[in-house]
Amino acid sequence: MAPSKTNSAIENESIDPNELKAELVAKYPTKVGRKRAKQIVVNKVGECGEVPEIGANARTIPGIITQRGCSYAGCKGVVLGPTRDIVNLTHGPIGCGFYSWLTRRNQTRPDGPEDANFMTYCFSTDLQDEDIVFGGEKKLRQAIREIYENFKPKAIGIFSTCPVGLIGDDVHAVAREMKEELGINIFGFSCEGYKGVSQSAGHHIANNGLFTHVVGLDDTVREGKFKINLLGEYNIGGDAFELERIFDEAGITLVATFSGNSSYDQFANSHTADLNTIMCHRSINYVAEMMEKKFGIPWIKVNFIGAGSTAKSLRKIANYFEDEELIERVEKLIGEEMVEVEKVRLEIKSRCEGKLAMLFVGGSRAHHYQDLFSEIGMKTVAAGYEFAHRDDYEGRGVLPDIKIDADSRNIEELEVEADPERYSPRKSEEALERLEAKGFRFKDYDGMMPEMESGTMIIDDISQYETEKMIEVYKPDIFCAGIKEKFAIQKKGIPMKQLHSYDSGGPYAGFKGAINFWREIDRMVNSKVWGYMKAPWQKAPELTATYAWE
Amino acid sequence: MLLRHTTKEIKERKALTVNPAKTCQPIGAMYAALGIHNCLPHSHGSQGCCAYHRSTLTRHYKEPVMAGTSSFTEGASVFGGQANLVQAIDTIFTVYDPDVIAVHTTCLSETIGEDIPQIAKKADADGKIPRGKFVIHANTPSYVGTHVTGFANMTKAMVDYFAESNGRKIDQINIIPGYVEPSDMEEIKRIVSELGIKSVMFPDTSNVLNRPQTGRFDMFPKGGVTVEALKSAGDSRATIALGRLASGPAARALDSKCKVSCEILDLPIGLAATDAFVDTLRKIGGVSVPESINTERGRMLDIITDMHQYFYGKKVGLVGDPDQLISLAEFLVSIDMWPVYIVTGTQGKKFESRIKEITRDVPHEVKVVSGGDMFLFHQWVKNEPVDLMMGNTYLKYISRDEDIPFVRFGFPILDRVGHSYFPTVGYRGGMRLLEKILDALLDRKDRDSAEESFELVL
Repeated sequence: MAPSKTNSAIENESIDPNELKAELVAKYPTKVGRKRAKQIVVNKVGECGEVPEIGANARTIPGIITQRGCSYAGCKGVVLGPTRDIVNLTHGPIGCGFYSWLTRRNQTRPDGPEDANFMTYCFSTDLQDEDIVFGGEKKLRQAIREIYENFKPKAIGIFSTCPVGLIGDDVHAVAREMKEELGINIFGFSCEGYKGVSQSAGHHIANNGLFTHVVGLDDTVREGKFKINLLGEYNIGGDAFELERIFDEAGITLVATFSGNSSYDQFANSHTADLNTIMCHRSINYVAEMMEKKFGIPWIKVNFIGAGSTAKSLRKIANYFEDEELIERVEKLIGEEMVEVEKVRLEIKSRCEGKLAMLFVGGSRAHHYQDLFSEIGMKTVAAGYEFAHRDDYEGRGVLPDIKIDADSRNIEELEVEADPERYSPRKSEEALERLEAKGFRFKDYDGMMPEMESGTMIIDDISQYETEKMIEVYKPDIFCAGIKEKFAIQKKGIPMKQLHSYDSGGPYAGFKGAINFWREIDRMVNSKVWGYMKAPWQKAPELTATYAWE
Repeated sequence: MLLRHTTKEIKERKALTVNPAKTCQPIGAMYAALGIHNCLPHSHGSQGCCAYHRSTLTRHYKEPVMAGTSSFTEGASVFGGQANLVQAIDTIFTVYDPDVIAVHTTCLSETIGEDIPQIAKKADADGKIPRGKFVIHANTPSYVGTHVTGFANMTKAMVDYFAESNGRKIDQINIIPGYVEPSDMEEIKRIVSELGIKSVMFPDTSNVLNRPQTGRFDMFPKGGVTVEALKSAGDSRATIALGRLASGPAARALDSKCKVSCEILDLPIGLAATDAFVDTLRKIGGVSVPESINTERGRMLDIITDMHQYFYGKKVGLVGDPDQLISLAEFLVSIDMWPVYIVTGTQGKKFESRIKEITRDVPHEVKVVSGGDMFLFHQWVKNEPVDLMMGNTYLKYISRDEDIPFVRFGFPILDRVGHSYFPTVGYRGGMRLLEKILDALLDRKDRDSAEESFELVL
């Protein structure tokens, strides 16, 4: 059941995407328009999959009404947020901690009633004006002591907000000092909101921190023949639970997930896995790269969004281990799961085929979810990321060509070397060659654009104005983005699916997730409610009838 | 257990806030600015602030919440955000064309000492502010006060920038409704007009954050106070400000700027506070209270007398904002409920003394704290449970762990609808509150009654 990816022009041929692009750009002040023109691209896929260059990971234009958030959100909210047993202490005024408190729908399942789970809590130093004037380090130290007295966690992460960097609080020094004093692991993140140009900077900072302070602390080798880590999976709406089920049934041992349904001990032990599999390339590829250099663990890109993609990713993992028994078990599992999946898919395809979707979200979801739509015959006419880089659009082949600008340079790039004792290549040179000869690709990601049709619109960091215009022109049957975009789109009478938090749904990953998602999309695009916008007297305002008593 | 680490034992905390009962100033400023017609709120800081505020307001209202941001980068944080704000002003007026851009600051822009009026002046000199359009501002450092302070500051900015007096009084009064829901603002307007009084209300988020589904999205919806109306506020006969904390500063500013005298009242939640509001309206407006209002009051009173047995002596724990809690506590005391734990995250000594005065005759120890958090509140509950809790959605974690009935009240409510459509102010709002309280208490009674005492008629 390979998703059909034809290169035929999109159905609505009356729309000229180049003209539309010109129209979008013309609305802005000239300078702003020039910047936006680089981030709005009409896709054109060459014979070898080459695509046009897109501007990405560039500064947002002030006032444009962006979807983007900040570095703190990417670090504390996205990457570290889903880990249940690290106390995440926000160092700053109260807001940042408050807004990132339980709002991302990361689910977690502690092993038992006695096991730690701090995700329902919000911890903050709640800085006041006197702290801004005299410095907040003293309060931070005291807050850490109070966390220890009240909660006795095994680890504390400190997250810096904007003013912390400006007043010069050294959270890393405080972390070291308090680690010494309390004897638990304490580490800081300089993820002030102004760092970088979006959440993406925060992901990188989180990756660096985890790698420096947690990964590799526990060398215990767990049982299991096929040990992997799953990176860039955040257990929104229970995605991780479905993937854990699948791995379990396939006989694959999941050492650590970064970071859906995860715990501190998993991170500490993650370097004992034999393969890193990456879901969200944007937010977590740094950890995979660093683990490969330091410990010799290869990484591959996977995608568990979409039933076909899930099957493909499972086969990829099985092929990596080159184990007949595993390959067979995976095939058997896929065969069993696909019975129900196909039944539902065909039923829903009959109602959704030919409908149009737009996806403007995240750093991988705008790509991955296209698979789920295409499996039920829906076309993605336009897509874009909120905070991704060029490699997520055009593929990792462009990495050498990406210019490092001032904003990216400010984010630390860790120097990593092979661990003198623990570096151990998981595959011999011959094995790697053998796999590559069979078409197996390591540390590779083709990006979103080569998989989209020519003529589709790709828009990076889409603005509110562009969103409205795209809807008016294409009249899509569904639009996918985040909570801030949701109700403006729905007010126009178009269903809007949140792909950050999944609204109230999920899981959408894996086989059962695909079924859930299709049923949800079916509900949304075929719902009666969108037909009620006009009252009877608005549809036929002319008064022709007579009063009943006449 | 959801909050499995919360212990009965209370240890003193000096530096650590756990599960806050407040959030930061800018979100309140953004909410207030949405109550100006044709206005785009603008956050002068990092992108994340704006994203967080828009997200939280959107989750609370399930409505579009539009706002711009200056998108500070590290460079702007070092060299100042003037270029960012000037570009934002240009882009916003060019693309979105509001009448007003209402700028609020953040902890970032306050820490580096940004001067918004100077930057606005620069934008004007550069020709970026079209004729007849306005850039207004409020300073809202996140490390001072709370979301309520931010609301108060932006509401005051409406006075500072727009209210003017040309010496001739207009036959209207100003109403500053406080940090309440759009439904509440609508209800306050209705009560005022029911008394036959003309009014200017600001801010006014009704028909902005509770707008109808029409198949159309308007960047700037029908609701909101107009600039013209705000200007005329300087010539109104008087101002009634509801909620000392949220509305007091604007009312006092109007008094000193345009000599419009003000009455600062409690939010009209519950019997006594609504009585005080209606009575003040009557006196200021020189009108008599119509029978329709008497009927509303009588109906509310009827619920209280009919169902008093279920309210009497029930212990209630409250978490919320000072203006709301003062009126709510007074209401609960007036129907013989016992508000025994009262927590707000907003600091203020007057709050504690006012609550103590209101709960003076409650035959039970009453614990009140301003500048407290929900962790402490939970610890109190663990030490001695209550029969009912009222507060924002975060209380549901405590409610489930401790198995205590819970009524959603205040900000934010992220998991239910209704608050933006149905008021809790006025007599009608009071009826709704009573209904909610009774539903929660009686559902519990029905759940917990032994079979032989399970009753059809309650």
